[in-house]
Amino acid sequence: MAGNTEPLSPRARLAVTAGRAAAAVSRAAGRGSGSVIGGKVALRLDPDLLAQVANHLDVVLVSATNGKTTTTRLIAEALRANGEVVSNALGANMPAGITSALAGGSTARYGVIEVDEKYLAGVAKDVTPKAIALLNLSRDQLDRAAETRMLAERWREGLSGQKAVIIANADDPLVVWAASSSANVVWVAAGQEWKDDAWSCPACGGVLQRPGDDWFCAECGFRRPMPSWALSGNYVLDPHGSAWPIQLQLPGRANKANAATSAAVAAAFGVPPQTALERMYSVTAVAGRYDVVTYRERDIRLLLAKNPAGWLETFSLIDAPPAPVILSVNARGADGTDTSWLWDVDYSRLAGHPICVVGDRKLDLAVRLEVAGVEFEVFDSAQEAVDACPPGRIEAIANYTAFQDLRRVVGN
Amino acid sequence: MSDNSLRVVWVYPDLLSTYGDQGNVLLVERRAQQRGLGVQRVDVRSDQPIPTSGDIYLIGGGEDRPQRLAAERLIRDGGLNRAVDNGAIVFSVCAGYQIIGKEFVNDLGERQEGLGLLDVVSTRGEAERCVGDVLADIDSSLGLPQLTGFENHQGVTHLGPEARPFARVHFGQGNGTGDGTEGAWHDTVFGTYMHGPVLARNPLIADHLIKLALDVNALPPTNDRWYEALRQERIAAATAPA
Ligand SMILES: [Zn+2]
Repeated sequence: MAGNTEPLSPRARLAVTAGRAAAAVSRAAGRGSGSVIGGKVALRLDPDLLAQVANHLDVVLVSATNGKTTTTRLIAEALRANGEVVSNALGANMPAGITSALAGGSTARYGVIEVDEKYLAGVAKDVTPKAIALLNLSRDQLDRAAETRMLAERWREGLSGQKAVIIANADDPLVVWAASSSANVVWVAAGQEWKDDAWSCPACGGVLQRPGDDWFCAECGFRRPMPSWALSGNYVLDPHGSAWPIQLQLPGRANKANAATSAAVAAAFGVPPQTALERMYSVTAVAGRYDVVTYRERDIRLLLAKNPAGWLETFSLIDAPPAPVILSVNARGADGTDTSWLWDVDYSRLAGHPICVVGDRKLDLAVRLEVAGVEFEVFDSAQEAVDACPPGRIEAIANYTAFQDLRRVVGN
Repeated sequence: MSDNSLRVVWVYPDLLSTYGDQGNVLLVERRAQQRGLGVQRVDVRSDQPIPTSGDIYLIGGGEDRPQRLAAERLIRDGGLNRAVDNGAIVFSVCAGYQIIGKEFVNDLGERQEGLGLLDVVSTRGEAERCVGDVLADIDSSLGLPQLTGFENHQGVTHLGPEARPFARVHFGQGNGTGDGTEGAWHDTVFGTYMHGPVLARNPLIADHLIKLALDVNALPPTNDRWYEALRQERIAAATAPA
């Protein structure tokens, strides 16, 4: 299973070399890590390259709307208990970025790969994964017209007939619908705070009933499967009923859920829960997320929230009032250009916090907060917002490009 | 109006609340409360009957399959049509706009019957999806300022003789028919393709719905500083070259 037993074909070797050269040029031109452009050049030279670079690896794919980057990190840490891991740790999660990341791991035993939701089915076909972890599906970037249920449908078609073990969230009806086309599923009760994308039965369109943590469709019988793993407070319950403590440096319920899923994945590769969970403690910030940065004598915690489900989970982990909160929203290409989703976020939960609003779309946020009936101030820059807060901790929540802007401002 | 509060009905949030149009409900609530009115908000899921005693019914956009299910269930229920017969106000967006028309094309590619509350027929456009900021002039008989919104749809809606265009676009596609019309209205029933949500960008439309419900010509003034700032920004964005 391990090691680089089958060498790459000459064509694939050429493709990897050409890809590295392109990446080096891209880096030299100051365009980031170059991993995506390297992978694109390589894939054009050899379209089978992704399959070939994955050939010698035991591959785990991780996909979701939220939490896939963090979960990829957690699983990678856990599997390092058993051998070398190669991973697209920087979140380049489309085929080119994945190819580039895997091509860098010729001696690795495991490939732990975050995959964009839209590419999961294709990548799963190419790399013959041993395991696929599915966390959640919810509305994201509405202007791209990728309907959430259609994504679930595409997952479902792509996963039927898969030999991989699917580790899937039993609490997300869309994920269950997608995964249940596979014969080999390990269900994890990982929770899902956000419910507004799954009131309608994915199988028949009936209205889902949701008493307590359970859910079912009264019309067709589609229902929550019995989980074998579960998140329970600060513990992961394994299939034998043993409870293993979660000790993460990452905050929030959602990351505990990610840890529970990661423990189930690790167990599928023979890493015991205790070892897996202990190793996850070493994960701190993930691509700057959750980092606490000292800036202008304040400690600013950087929190990324890209869509309504993400904002909901983020509100549940921030410090209680009177901790000040900076909110920043952009609507550039990578964010989705429609800001209507702000109205699906319950900002009244921020009542009591001093709120500072910045970002390209600060006026959309201002109207949103005005209607939510919470007090806020609008600033032209993050620096001005920080200066308006008292010394101490500030929670800064931003969507994708706003988060990158914020990292630059605070020097992270 | 029943008792002394404004009854605002949010139709089928389980099916038609995918594009932030819930904001329209929040706007009507907020604008009414700022005028000292009591508001009773009723969210009606698609397995519940539509109450017929509401004052303002709001319907949002949704994905293609939920749109088909919503139209089937609304026709079976019949409550919304009865409410409109009683003089209720309907404001609907995108998929909701198509549903309250006579006919639309559903996710199966079939022509499907709508509620017939507006004399419009919708089809699916062949052209690229309409996505982006829109600027339009609202029908002058409504006495409302310019319309700013965000469109994100592939539908094309043709107006029959009983429906008037809600607005005429300067920038953006609107009804997608190429004739510059956007949305439709007749008496107390309104349909639009605009998200944003549209009432957050055009709070005077929310006020207009409240005035219709109360049968008054004016409402006490509000401080609209942030709405105005957002409107100016979005109007400038719509007119700027891409
Ligand atoms: Zn069902």
